Amino acid sequence: MSLGQLRQKIVIAAVGLLLALPLHAGEPASPVVPKAKAKATEKYGCVEPVSKMRKNHMEFLLHQRDDTMRRGIRTKKFSLVECVNCHVTPKKDGSYARFGESEHFCSSCHNYAAVKIDCFDCHRDTPENSNARHTLNDETSPHHTIAFKENDPLTTKKLDNVTSGGTE
Amino acid sequence: MKKNESYTDQARRQFISKVVAGAGLAVAPGVVLHQVAQAKPADQPASNKVRWGILINTNKCATGCTDCVSACQEEHAWGAASENEAHSSKLQKAQWIRKVKVTDKQTGYVMSLPMMCQHCKNPPCVDVCPTGASMKRADGIVLVDRHICIGCRYCMLACPYKARSFIHEELHDQSVNAPRGMGTVEACNMCVKRVDNDGIPACVEACNQAEHNAMLFGDLKDPNSDISIELKQHGGEQIREDLGLDTGVRYQGI
Amino acid sequence: MKKIHFSEIEGRSSGYLVLLGILGAIVLVSLGSAFYMEHNGHHVTGMNNQIAWGIPHVFAVFLIVAASGALNVASISSVFNKTAYKPLAPMSALLSIALLAGGLMILVLDLGRPDRLIVAMTIYNFKSIFAWNMILYNGFFAIVIVYIWMLMDRRMEKYKKPVGFAAFIWRLTLTTGTGSIFGFIVARQALDAAIMAPMFIVMSFSFGLAIFLLVMMAACSWSNRPFGDALFGRLKNLLGVFVAGVLYFVIAYHLTNLYAAEHHGVEKFILSDGGIYTQMFWIGQIILGSLVPLALFYHPSWGKSRALVGLGAVLVILGGLAQMYVIIIGSQAYPLVLFPGKVVESSFSDGIVNTYNPTFAEFGLGLGGFAVALIIVALAVKILRFMPVSLADADVDPHHK
Repeated sequence: MSLGQLRQKIVIAAVGLLLALPLHAGEPASPVVPKAKAKATEKYGCVEPVSKMRKNHMEFLLHQRDDTMRRGIRTKKFSLVECVNCHVTPKKDGSYARFGESEHFCSSCHNYAAVKIDCFDCHRDTPENSNARHTLNDETSPHHTIAFKENDPLTTKKLDNVTSGGTE
Repeated sequence: MKKNESYTDQARRQFISKVVAGAGLAVAPGVVLHQVAQAKPADQPASNKVRWGILINTNKCATGCTDCVSACQEEHAWGAASENEAHSSKLQKAQWIRKVKVTDKQTGYVMSLPMMCQHCKNPPCVDVCPTGASMKRADGIVLVDRHICIGCRYCMLACPYKARSFIHEELHDQSVNAPRGMGTVEACNMCVKRVDNDGIPACVEACNQAEHNAMLFGDLKDPNSDISIELKQHGGEQIREDLGLDTGVRYQGI
Repeated sequence: MKKIHFSEIEGRSSGYLVLLGILGAIVLVSLGSAFYMEHNGHHVTGMNNQIAWGIPHVFAVFLIVAASGALNVASISSVFNKTAYKPLAPMSALLSIALLAGGLMILVLDLGRPDRLIVAMTIYNFKSIFAWNMILYNGFFAIVIVYIWMLMDRRMEKYKKPVGFAAFIWRLTLTTGTGSIFGFIVARQALDAAIMAPMFIVMSFSFGLAIFLLVMMAACSWSNRPFGDALFGRLKNLLGVFVAGVLYFVIAYHLTNLYAAEHHGVEKFILSDGGIYTQMFWIGQIILGSLVPLALFYHPSWGKSRALVGLGAVLVILGGLAQMYVIIIGSQAYPLVLFPGKVVESSFSDGIVNTYNPTFAEFGLGLGGFAVALIIVALAVKILRFMPVSLADADVDPHHK
């Protein structure tokens, strides 16, 4: 074996070892994401199916941000305030978890993924009123202006329509 | 008196605000008539067919009265209505609206008026802002988009009314009506959230509730709005009119 | 004419390492100050809602103005074909981008949200002179780096002049932009003047050359390279002309304001009643920053002393900082005129002269800009051939006897 071949093998071995390292390193436990107060349906999740929200919530929020801030469109579907109202839940001692704490819905995952967000530099990170954590069809502070009736099953189409500001 | 009659448009908006608040209770459970009475549907953008303005009658504005300031503080959680900005010096604390006392040097005549963002048609703050964070909405309301504000403070130098404040420290527990935070600039937003929900600004509401009626809110582009009628009948001036900024906030008696 | 030779400095002497150490320490203090400000928020500074731009801006704008001026010597050689300045051209270009880097570092680190620099670089409001300046600053780096290449690569000799010309036009535009940041502010009595743009250009000539002269004196002396009396004298006389030019613009600016009744208030404030601002103006800017240097430069015997001319250049720099202080902070300290001729009072400092007590962090950040600029120069002359081997008169000027 020539020196060149040896060197090549050493490099391959080293790269392989480096690639294998993460497999052996202790996987950190997956984040415990606090449960939201309510869901439209188990399948549908909240305003969009859970998988879609996990993947795209930043796009929805960004879009809503500019629509609301710069153009005055005030639909509540992707309102950050509404997210916080339902998703930020009290800790064991009854106080709301603050952004940065692992019990806070947003930071539970963002801490884990080490993705920095600056939303809460300006936006409040907890529900403003104690009654803000309402069910989806709560009458005083409606999120979706929709009724959940036993005889009138919820369709995705209807949810879409209603939550983007239309009527039922 | 004609003047009092002409406050109908504003009264309508106030009335609607209350109805909307109450509607949910009335119809629940089930369909909530949240958007029924709104002039602007939630999914529609602000329109350039309207231009929001405030007319302030300084003759009715009492020296020493700070109802409008307190209402703004409550609405947006700044100043006395907030525990934030505890580390900032008096000169560093934000003020969205302030009462100004003006004394004529020669005659000694004193007048009092609230001073805030004048919501210019040609706002210098919007002109100078490098990122476009300082912006004017289609309906004439001048805002700071804190999402892209880099905190350069050029707008603060450019504003002839000193309407803007910089946030000098970390804030917590902001009002949902007014997200605000360290390192960005902020100012009066003409209670844009209320206006979008067919309400009137908190300062105007407070002034009317205290029965001073020194402030009138409405659409400057609608010739039949109370504010336009009042302006046509009795006139209204702009502060630093010489700058040609065409302010949305007008004053009588200055 | 002799061929001009350039070479790296050796850069191994203990003096060089000490220099780097001192500058590095200042940079660390500066970065620490910036971190302290950004971590706590600007409440740890003396800046407030009335004086929104403070000491960091005084240093930053001074360095940015001086940056474009430092390029002047290179422009004189490439654009105006002055042979004697040719050996100085690479150093002039190097110093200009170094100073700009220092100035911009301060400006960026003072932002309320420096983490959003990417926003400032990607979203432009083209009506903002500030946004224009960001393009001008970035373009300046690009064009001067190309220019340095043309200057240092003999194969690029023929492109030297057009690129030098482009850099010259660019730098004039850049300083016009910097001056207009202040000239375009209609709200402030002391600003809102078209004369700001040309005044800033002459200021840049003066501040930039003062720094350049000091840097060349230090670099030549520490690397034991000759710096001829004739060349030194020419630079010194040129600096004197620029100092007088700034003085001319300052006089024109104040005379214009004094003529208009609406500006009497702010003139009275700056020229006689303004306390620190009046002192900064008369003692700092006019006497120490202009008149004393002029006397030092043009006095028949003082003007021959390198030490005294160097002192003059230092005074020009300090006077320039004083001038920036008066322009930037003085203009904000004077109350805004909401109702001309009336007494205005409020909870928000209406009608009163605003107070400003800068803190150490602001000075730390500001001085760091200087240190960054000088550290860039010190490292660059070690790595690349910026420094002429000799600036002896016989080597730089074919007509020298």
